[in-house]
Amino acid sequence: MHATRKGLLRAGVVMLLGIALALPSRADEQPRDAKPKLPVAGQKHGGKTGGTTDHSKLPALKGPFLTGSDVTRACLTCHTEAGKHFMKSIHWTWEYTSKDGQQLGKKHLVNNFCTNARGNEGMCAQCHAGYGWKDETFDFKNQDNIDCLVCHDRTRTYYKTPNTKGNEACSIMFENKPLIDLVRVAQSVGMPGRENCGTCHFNGGGGDGVKHGDLDSSLVTPDKALDVHMDVKGLNFACTACHVSDKHLVSGSRYDMVAKDTEGIGKPGLRREVATCESCHGMAPHKQASVKGLKLNDHTDRIACQTCHIPTIARGGVATMVDWDWRTAGKTRNGVGYKEDNYTQRNGAHRSTYKSIKGNFAYAEDFKPDYAWFNGRMHYTTIDTKFDSKAPPVEINAIAGSAAEPDSRIWPFKTMRTVMPYDVKNETLVYTHLWGEDDAAFWGNYDFKKAVAKGMQDARLAFSGELGFIPTVSYWPITHMVAPKGDALACDSCHARDGRLARLSGFYMPGGVTSGLSRWVDLIGLAMLFAALVGVLAHGALRLLTNRRRGEP
Amino acid sequence: MSLRQVRIYPLFERFWHWSQMALIVTLLFTGFRMRGLHALTSFETAVNVHTIAAIVLIVLWVFAIFWHLTTGTWVHYVPTTNGLLKVARFYAFGIFKGEHHPYRKAYWKKHNPLQALAYLALKLVLFPAIWLSGLAYLTYNLWQGMAGASGGLEIVANLHVLTAYAIATFIVAHVYLLTTGHSFVGHVKPMITGFDEVDLTPQEEAYLEADEPGRLKT
Repeated sequence: MHATRKGLLRAGVVMLLGIALALPSRADEQPRDAKPKLPVAGQKHGGKTGGTTDHSKLPALKGPFLTGSDVTRACLTCHTEAGKHFMKSIHWTWEYTSKDGQQLGKKHLVNNFCTNARGNEGMCAQCHAGYGWKDETFDFKNQDNIDCLVCHDRTRTYYKTPNTKGNEACSIMFENKPLIDLVRVAQSVGMPGRENCGTCHFNGGGGDGVKHGDLDSSLVTPDKALDVHMDVKGLNFACTACHVSDKHLVSGSRYDMVAKDTEGIGKPGLRREVATCESCHGMAPHKQASVKGLKLNDHTDRIACQTCHIPTIARGGVATMVDWDWRTAGKTRNGVGYKEDNYTQRNGAHRSTYKSIKGNFAYAEDFKPDYAWFNGRMHYTTIDTKFDSKAPPVEINAIAGSAAEPDSRIWPFKTMRTVMPYDVKNETLVYTHLWGEDDAAFWGNYDFKKAVAKGMQDARLAFSGELGFIPTVSYWPITHMVAPKGDALACDSCHARDGRLARLSGFYMPGGVTSGLSRWVDLIGLAMLFAALVGVLAHGALRLLTNRRRGEP
Repeated sequence: MSLRQVRIYPLFERFWHWSQMALIVTLLFTGFRMRGLHALTSFETAVNVHTIAAIVLIVLWVFAIFWHLTTGTWVHYVPTTNGLLKVARFYAFGIFKGEHHPYRKAYWKKHNPLQALAYLALKLVLFPAIWLSGLAYLTYNLWQGMAGASGGLEIVANLHVLTAYAIATFIVAHVYLLTTGHSFVGHVKPMITGFDEVDLTPQEEAYLEADEPGRLKT
């Protein structure tokens, strides 16, 4: 009791501090709130409910804690194996080897947002669930470097800042943050809520909703129309209700997608390496005792649930980025970087359409995704992939799958188009050194050539010195923002000449995707029908004429 | 010989004819919607109505086949070349000269040779074709695992549609032919009341009066 009262007092002090300081919000985020955000209560985590331990009663968590690592050491005194488990997780390794043998993960990949985390860890590793990853010297074997709190904080007061200071142009964004009461945070840990996962996953690509199109801050407290599962007044699912985990390995990574689940609902002790719709809804989810339901169930083998049940994306009031042009980055006013906020999203927040550090952007909201046959695998253009620069756009991640492959289904994707730097001579993507205190970091010095040279040099990769810009495209599978069933796509959304799947091919779809054969059959059939009509009309006219001539009526 | 009102279309046949007509019109309307020829209903409504109407029509056909076989009415559709050319010649030329139809309807042979041949073709070629292709289309998910199923679906679908065009063409001719002869109403009425004017021989008349008096209007 005493401890709790003390905790409340501390919370109050921290809250007051927060209000008094009126934190500068991150540039891309929603309008700054004066009020601190509260954790979203009552979220459901699937099978797990937690609650067998009141962490505020544990002697190990009495503190004091000077650093996050102090808290981690305390956690590990009880959760003795958690550290070892967690170190195998992609949240820690940032590495994933695909089934095709490609080395993926943030540690290696180039994306078409802020281009690369590699070499920019001082900034980007804010979203690494660890402490202090600045460069290659980071110790991935030291359990003390694990950050338990970023996922398990249930006070919503914990936050992370970049691991290095960075150039002044950026570091200003992270100044004057309130102190974190580590004891209070440690004592209130729990299962991760949407706001925990969202800290990073809603802000991928450098801001709220920028990257995915189906993941943004509107999912912290969504209504049913936005997401039937996360609906805060309804099912109120936490991410972990679907993204079930075992030994800290969370299922449902987009690197390892199940495009077509053939197992469906699990028996007791169900699979823990699955996050598919089918794992709860089964493979015949529509009403079986109706003509409509049967026909809809006929679709599930070739059409992903998401295709019909997520009619539009980015519909929670937060925009997603669809276009980015790095070529215009680096303009200054009076020698200082600036930004233009010329897009107002539906929740009223202004979004930057130009930033000196990043270039020009375009956004979209509540829009149709693109569709493609997908077998769950993507083939990436990695840093060492040579491409044909005369055949842009470069596909950062080419979607694998086709109508002919039985394990492929039609999936929705958000398409991101970016014009970004590349090595003209070698025809490869490049690592750009964006973040740092040195004079090569692009964010501060605005010299692309210098930044790329440094980025490539640090990674010990060849750079020809000839820098160009090339259009690229990346595809983000859509799976969140599942709409209420009444809002699902109607048949005519696809079964129409100019329907949503009009650009796909290799199959026959009534009323929609057709081929030469269908056109010929329609031509012949209509000609036959027309000939019959003309024939009987002529016959009838001739009868009338001859009757009249004979004086009959 | 005497002209009498004879019931040549029993109740079941009339019921079968008109419900078949309604179902075929429904199927053509919804089918052409799915094919993208019009957009007067939603695709969803078209699919649901088409499926239900098709199942009802198949059930109706099963009953009709049973009825034809057990009542012996199938003989009306037995084709004959006897008089076929005369009828064809009438529609091609004679009709314009005010000639009378060469066929005299008999109560035991109510279709003229051309009519019998056309209906037989409809029942033996077009209906089975639309029925089989339709069932294959509807049950695609059961055979889609077979090699070349996707291309097969396209062939099945187009066979189905082509047959539908042929049936629609039949309907055009069928309805038009109702306008020949005395009058449109004169042709349609028997299919409603069951009774048509038939020239009976004294023997036929005597037989009907004695054994099937209900078929004669007094």
